Amino acid sequence: MSTSTDHGRPDPETTPSALSSDGRPVSDRGDTVCVIGAGASGLTAIKNLREHDFGVDCYERETGVGGAWNWRHDRSPVYASTHLLSSKPFTQFPDFPMPDSWPDYPHHSQLLSYFERYADHFDLRSHIWFGTEVIRVEPAEGDRWDVTTRSTGGYGPERTSRYAAVVIANGHNWSPKLPRYEGLEEFRGEIMHASSYKDPAQLRGKRVLVVGAGNTGCDIAVEAAQQASRCWHSTRRGYWYAPKYVLGRPADQVNDTLLALRVPLRVRQWLYHWTLRLTVGDLTRFGLPKPDHRVYETHPIANSQLVYYVGHGAIGPVPDIARFHPYAVELADGRQIDPEVVIFATGYLPRFEFLDASVFADSAGAGRPTLWLNAFTPGHPTLAVAGLLQPDSGLFTLSHWQTVLFARLLRARRDRPERAAAFASRVRERAGERYSGQVKESSRHWFEVGHADYLRAIQRALHDLEAK
Amino acid sequence: MTELRIMRGREWSRPVRPARREVLSALPELEEGRPPLLFVPGFGHGAWAFAEHWLGHAASRGFPAYAVSLRGHGGSEPAPEATLRAYAHDVVQVAASLPRQAVLVGHGAGALVVAHALARYPARGAVLVAPVFGGWGVLGAALRRNPAGTLPAVFGGPLRLNRGQLFSRELPDEEARRHVGRLGRAGRRAQWALLGEPEAEPAVGSPPVLVLGSPDDRVVPASTLTRVARRYGSAPLLFPGMGHDLMLDARWAEPIDAILDWLEKEPAPAR
Ligand SMILES: Cc1cc2nc3c(=O)[nH]c(=O)nc-3n(C[C@H](O)[C@H](O)[C@H](O)COP(=O)(O)OP(=O)(O)OC[C@H]3O[C@@H](n4cnc5c(N)ncnc54)[C@H](O)[C@@H]3O)c2cc1C
Ligand SMILES: NC(=O)c1ccc[n+]([C@@H]2O[C@H](COP(=O)([O-])OP(=O)(O)OC[C@H]3O[C@@H](n4cnc5c(N)ncnc54)[C@H](OP(=O)(O)O)[C@@H]3O)[C@@H](O)[C@H]2O)c1
Repeated sequence: MSTSTDHGRPDPETTPSALSSDGRPVSDRGDTVCVIGAGASGLTAIKNLREHDFGVDCYERETGVGGAWNWRHDRSPVYASTHLLSSKPFTQFPDFPMPDSWPDYPHHSQLLSYFERYADHFDLRSHIWFGTEVIRVEPAEGDRWDVTTRSTGGYGPERTSRYAAVVIANGHNWSPKLPRYEGLEEFRGEIMHASSYKDPAQLRGKRVLVVGAGNTGCDIAVEAAQQASRCWHSTRRGYWYAPKYVLGRPADQVNDTLLALRVPLRVRQWLYHWTLRLTVGDLTRFGLPKPDHRVYETHPIANSQLVYYVGHGAIGPVPDIARFHPYAVELADGRQIDPEVVIFATGYLPRFEFLDASVFADSAGAGRPTLWLNAFTPGHPTLAVAGLLQPDSGLFTLSHWQTVLFARLLRARRDRPERAAAFASRVRERAGERYSGQVKESSRHWFEVGHADYLRAIQRALHDLEAK
Repeated sequence: MTELRIMRGREWSRPVRPARREVLSALPELEEGRPPLLFVPGFGHGAWAFAEHWLGHAASRGFPAYAVSLRGHGGSEPAPEATLRAYAHDVVQVAASLPRQAVLVGHGAGALVVAHALARYPARGAVLVAPVFGGWGVLGAALRRNPAGTLPAVFGGPLRLNRGQLFSRELPDEEARRHVGRLGRAGRRAQWALLGEPEAEPAVGSPPVLVLGSPDDRVVPASTLTRVARRYGSAPLLFPGMGHDLMLDARWAEPIDAILDWLEKEPAPAR
């Protein structure tokens, strides 16, 4: 039996046969591929690379698998009540279904057990070095990569190994995005980012202000409605709050019935507005701001309870924050409120500190690389990012196919180099391509993808790579 | 074979409805790290058909062995409207619930179910025993040998296989009667689907595939064995003198030993 606190296996065989660009010893790992992170995306990368006969070394800075879904991890963004947003068929890996006995929307603890079972079933743990952090990834000659690691927390010596390819699967929901406000330093109440919110007991009996209406903000506002003495919910725009069930079925399954029929976006938007009108009704009547966009133009919110609690007066919708005072928060409409706790559910930012900004042509270092299929970097044919997607559906199916495509690309580099070269030129031509309809400008939307558009693009890329 | 399919709109929007499943098993006394085997019975049969001899024998040779009854069969929940997709779903569900990557072993139309399951689960390997892949040829053979038992199935009634189709003469009458008496029936939609010779999508994870059967099988002609094996890039392993139900016939030990020998040689994945 393995537990989630694993100590991995002994260090990689050292063959100090090379030197890095600045003269450090490098152990050559030959054709082995390096995977950074053992969250959902890293695990599926290991599995799919192994399935294509590649050796894999995966480094994971935490002590277990599951990434964001492992609530034992310091950086896990999940809170006690987190349930899936996308129903099972959209969330599970396409070749490892979740059990029939689980509900439509499983709990985060079930997700963790799902990833642990996936790791055991496909014997992935023997490829993972736990408690090991990747601190540098540098291009080496021949499209290879020097990866420098050390024990998490900075103890122990650094070591550098040379790999044939690298998959970056470091996740993008762990580095909090915190807005700045005038007067915030003087504020005497408690301030936290949603990433450190774990349990509704933290809200019990308090006056709580929740900022942001991503899915996190909406979930926390609902918990505050149940636990806190008062709850305000501040948003800088109006949103579409979609229920998790429509017509008696999980909403995403109904939506995909339309997608499968290739109903055009405009018609789907119209149907959606109409369904919401019939079920949730006119949101402005509840005091919620009118959405400044059509449905599908912001990352979808799936929450059946928020509007319900607004309707019961347990959530007070308020506009954006103007500034903080020591004992009050001033809102954009001039009103002042007096919360004891402010929770910023303002999202997360992708970060790639181990990579020189020039590799991603991301000169601002903003964690906003220009990629094709959100995965492939122009000029670096042996580098792939997995999971850098904000899908309107589950992520794991998408990262599964990304890593299958990468494994087949690596195989093509060996067996059909002309195909791999054609792929590389497509990466150069199409980097930056988008896979969603129009979306609102926001730091969270540049990597928003529609799952159907995205998977069709992957399917085409696979086909072009392998067609006779 | 058809192409790898990533877009699965119908499966996402209309997932198969869960059904209670019977899974029988026999586990080795000592866990030796061998891959688990999942046996999938053909239409009309249940997990019992493997529990009779093969499960115990596999376990005695160190392989954890499981058999599932497809919905509507054996001890699983009744499912008169079951489709081929629902059967494949049942197999993938059980396979994914096992502790390690499994080898799928399908018999008869269960081999077709396995072929479909292979497109949704990267099995460690697959064995197709006396595979019934459908088509009019199989129907023709069945009509010739057993018109009274076969004809009703064409109209949605039950398919009734008889002793002569399933077993060799070596099997004692009483035992044969006992087995035939336990036969049930598949859903009519799944039965009809057989006629269309439903093409499976390519297997994921390129598992090695072994095809075996008997040249004297009265359900599956030898030409079918060859055709199915060729599709997976090999030749069939033959056990002359046996009936269609190789796992129940008198010389049941020979084919299962051949399967286990094949697995012990750690066949390389077919890439
Ligand atoms: C509250 C919440 C709910 C969510 N719900 C859903 C949902 O319902 N459906 C859905 O599809 N998605 C959901 N998401 C999105 C979520 O990000 C993904 O589900 C998923 O966790 C992403 O997996 P990943 O492997 O890409 O990243 P992560 O799970 O973040 O895993 C990355 C791993 O890499 C490791 N790592 C990072 N940097 C390094 C380094 N330098 N060296 C070594 N290791 C490193 C980390 O420790 C971590 O284990 C949710 C997110 C949040 C915040
Ligand atoms: N399964 C689940 O139950 C679940 C739960 C939570 C989260 N998730 C997923 O996890 C990911 C992260 O979600 P998240 O909700 O944490 O973050 P998010 O989707 O990025 O949402 C952030 C919210 O904060 C707002 N915001 C950002 N900066 C702001 C600022 N400076 N001032 C005011 N408002 C600001 C955003 O407004 P704009 O509209 O202007 O961008 C948005 O409403 C998403 O993929 C989400 O779907 C899933």
